[in-house]
Amino acid sequence: MVRLESRGDVSRAWSLLSPVVAIVLTLISGVVIFSAMGKDPGLALYTYFVQPLTTAFGVTELLVKATPLVLIGIGLSIGFRANVWNIGAEGQFTIGAIVGGGIAIAFHDSDNFLLLPVVMIGGILGGMAWGAVPAFLKTRFNANEILTSLMLTYVAVLLLSYLVHGPWRDPDGYNFPESRLFPAAAMMPVLWEDSRLHLGAALAVLAVVGGWVILSRAVIGFQLRVVGQAPAAAKHAGFSQNKLIWFSLLLGGGLAGLAGVAEVAGTIGQLLPSISPGYGFTAIIVAFLGRLHPVGVLLAGLIMALSYIGGEVAQIEIGLPAAVTGLFQGILLFFLLGCDVLTHYRIRFGAPGRARGS
Amino acid sequence: MKRRTVFKALASALSVGILAAGMASASAQTKVGFVYVGPIGDHGWTYRHDQGRLAIEKEFGDKVKTTFVESVKEGPDSERVIRQLAASGHDLIFTTSFGFMNPTIKVAKRFPNVKFEHATGYKQDKNVATYSGRFYEGRYIAGVIAGKTSKTNKIGYVASFPIPEVVRGINAFLLGARSVNPAMSISVVWVNSWYDPGKEGDAAKALIDQGADIITQHTDSPAPLQVAENRGVKGFGQASDMEHFAPKAQLSAIIDDWNPYYVERTRAVIDGTWKSQDVWYGLKEGMVQMAPYKNMPADVAKLAKETEEAIRSGKLHPFAGPIKDQSGKVVVEAGKVADAGMLLGMNFYVEGVEGSLPK
Repeated sequence: MVRLESRGDVSRAWSLLSPVVAIVLTLISGVVIFSAMGKDPGLALYTYFVQPLTTAFGVTELLVKATPLVLIGIGLSIGFRANVWNIGAEGQFTIGAIVGGGIAIAFHDSDNFLLLPVVMIGGILGGMAWGAVPAFLKTRFNANEILTSLMLTYVAVLLLSYLVHGPWRDPDGYNFPESRLFPAAAMMPVLWEDSRLHLGAALAVLAVVGGWVILSRAVIGFQLRVVGQAPAAAKHAGFSQNKLIWFSLLLGGGLAGLAGVAEVAGTIGQLLPSISPGYGFTAIIVAFLGRLHPVGVLLAGLIMALSYIGGEVAQIEIGLPAAVTGLFQGILLFFLLGCDVLTHYRIRFGAPGRARGS
Repeated sequence: MKRRTVFKALASALSVGILAAGMASASAQTKVGFVYVGPIGDHGWTYRHDQGRLAIEKEFGDKVKTTFVESVKEGPDSERVIRQLAASGHDLIFTTSFGFMNPTIKVAKRFPNVKFEHATGYKQDKNVATYSGRFYEGRYIAGVIAGKTSKTNKIGYVASFPIPEVVRGINAFLLGARSVNPAMSISVVWVNSWYDPGKEGDAAKALIDQGADIITQHTDSPAPLQVAENRGVKGFGQASDMEHFAPKAQLSAIIDDWNPYYVERTRAVIDGTWKSQDVWYGLKEGMVQMAPYKNMPADVAKLAKETEEAIRSGKLHPFAGPIKDQSGKVVVEAGKVADAGMLLGMNFYVEGVEGSLPK
């Protein structure tokens, strides 16, 4: 019989090292998989994980792809610290894009430089509003925020679909479900010439710094951590649980909304029926991969983005199937969770009583 | 400052590398890239495009190298993939889904020497051509078969997105069906995806439960046809011959044949005669083909063949008047046919389609 036994004290070094071990194990699995597929494993790993980083184009695209993941991941990780489980970042992202994009479409013939700030603030407020609904339901009716925030995601995605199929459809677009293109004044400035690297990437870095300040320097960050780690102590100290729920969901929603508006005003330039390949959900993985720490989230966002872009490069250069991307992400998560379990528990063989005696 | 120079040096080193790679490939091999919206194993839309890619390889052998990227999302990811192909020395790039239109146009502006071919879109440029098939011709024939074989007079239609291409197919199907049986009607279920076998199958089940005994689809997987097979009703293959998924249910299939077009356009790039254009080929040019007519009485198969021949020769136009919309208003008068503008921007249902078009 095999069972898990708590280690009691968790080694801080191992808890930080476990993502690194997971990544190394993923790479080793990669060698096995590529060899089995008859590809040169060295070349395949190089193409997948290194080659995208050898060109300016690859690096900027990596940052473009990581931007929404990091922005959303920061917001989520702060909420997760306080056990506020916002699973609906995808919806908050979408509403951010709808509100910001709606402003851009409404003022499509404007060249006023104030348009972009208004679009961005609109996106943030939109995401916050969508985060406020589960916060209200939780604090008022004690409704589970996992369910409410997740279900609101579908509402948001269908709302976007309705808008681009209906009232916001491009009048010159042959009825195809796309909005008109945003005016130049609503588009985020490009940070690196001849690339798609936009202002959103700089905002993501700011969010990392902001997240770190909140968690390690601000009183509310302290309260968030205490609530998460020792709810009884937090209650005893008189921390307001409701305040922290509101704070977590508004912050998470606002950052997801910013990510959404940055995606449409930074890269796409119009509203489409589908604007996110699941960033809101991938960001949950990013938050945990990053140990709920702002710097960790940044690194995890970059690794996740690399796994997507590397998959595309590997398809183009050495003809690997697209499924390898999903495979790698799955293996990485599997090892990460496995390492976490082994950090917290040790494996014991044999029946409980005997094991202790021997 | 310092970082900037490092970046600049890196960028210029790269562009030299890319240039060198581009020149090398121009002298030796023509590189042709494909961007697919689904997996090559979808047995439908993307599968047929990939067959076109293989046809290029077969035709030109070592003179051409082909590459593809599958399951590319229609959004910001597609622009990166298209650009990556353009930057890695591809001379000709086929982007095979409507949603790749604006990204294709954007990337094409940055790479004036690379030729782009976008399927099913309406925006061209000096180096962007567009192409599509007149699949509505095949739908009309399928409609005729349905009108002759249905007992419940009800067609179940699994549809992807309410864009003109799809609406045109629904209307053509019903016009074909009503040309032989005026009592026919169509119910449509929108699954809001090009490829989602689970949803497609569920939609087909719901339609059969509502009394439809003919199932057809404008999505990319064989799932609706498989459901038809299991439930003992009839259906049609979409984009490729799906007979082996439904040997008893498939009446015929509308087959997209991109092979000749892809070979021709690749040859044009090799010969240096490639020019931007907008083509819309049908049965006549062979871009649209019909799978063998099976699982139906001989007279129905004969009628289907005659209809196919009439469309191919131009004697019959699926959108010949009189055509009425759902409100009963005549939109195409007797003796006329729908013009290109109406076909390309079609956003109304003809009389006999149930429900209203999502707007």
